[in-house]
Amino acid sequence: MITIKSAVEIDRLRESGRIVALTFRHIEPMVVPGITTEEIDREICRFITSQGGRPAFKGIPSSTGVPFPGNSCISIDEEVVHGIPNGRKLQAGQIVGIDIGVEKGGFYGDAARTYKVGNVSSLKDRLVQVTKEALAIAIQEARAERPLGAISHAIQTHVEAAGFSVVRDLVGHGIGKTLHEAPQIPNFGSSNQGPKLRVGMTLAIEPMVNAGKWQVRFLPDSWRVVTLDGSPSAHFENTIAITDSAPEVLTELVEDK
Amino acid sequence: MAKEAPIKVDGVILETLPNAMFQVELENGHRVLAHISGKMRMNFIKILPGDKVTVELSPYDLKRGRITYRYK
Repeated sequence: MITIKSAVEIDRLRESGRIVALTFRHIEPMVVPGITTEEIDREICRFITSQGGRPAFKGIPSSTGVPFPGNSCISIDEEVVHGIPNGRKLQAGQIVGIDIGVEKGGFYGDAARTYKVGNVSSLKDRLVQVTKEALAIAIQEARAERPLGAISHAIQTHVEAAGFSVVRDLVGHGIGKTLHEAPQIPNFGSSNQGPKLRVGMTLAIEPMVNAGKWQVRFLPDSWRVVTLDGSPSAHFENTIAITDSAPEVLTELVEDK
Repeated sequence: MAKEAPIKVDGVILETLPNAMFQVELENGHRVLAHISGKMRMNFIKILPGDKVTVELSPYDLKRGRITYRYK
């Protein structure tokens, strides 16, 4: 059942979302060649804690029961999502997707950005751009009285028009007192399907886009997801609240909008 | 963090249980407890033992599913 959040609850979500946004602003200068994904992850943890929050991903069990070891997901190139931070050093030419979740006061914020390390190929550059645009367009479709499918369809249309494909095995989700709530928000589908959006719903919309085919492979480490054909993949995500006018993006700072 | 979407698998109905629940044997040999989807209920689609159906499974509980399609 999709829960409607009260004004007070949305305030709490706003606060968690604010910490997520601040964390991205804080670590963005760190995404350069030579740094390890572990170092970025550690700094993410340190910063979130300094803001009074808790990194939300650590310890989450996978569908096979394996707890997530990192504080954030850091996924490089053909890794779609759920990359595990380790001693791997970033190299120029890579695209790095960083997914951050914060819990504060019992409420969650979840967002993701894909960064370019140094200069990247024009294909990767376009992939990142199209994915970022897809998220922005999808958010604009997220209005009360519209079906959920409006969001899914908008993402699929924009991405496929650019010649890329949309990941189907992973979905966006409702968010609130838990990290993952109803509804599931696929990144593809018809525009008239799904439940009607209502004021007070809080959703995490996350287009995941592959440069090649949409199929992905779940690796045996129980977490990492990679593109089946090895093509690069980009991921952007924001947590939003449905209002009676334009949706409010909770995981973006006002200055950055 | 993204959530895993449900997986669609085909199977055969083994037995009917009360409350529109069914024991289904999937193509991979697993047996799951599945219920009939609301859409099929609304359209009065009946399911009997021996029917071949599509079952949607959540990756978070592979013993339960939702029957979304009955083959002719």
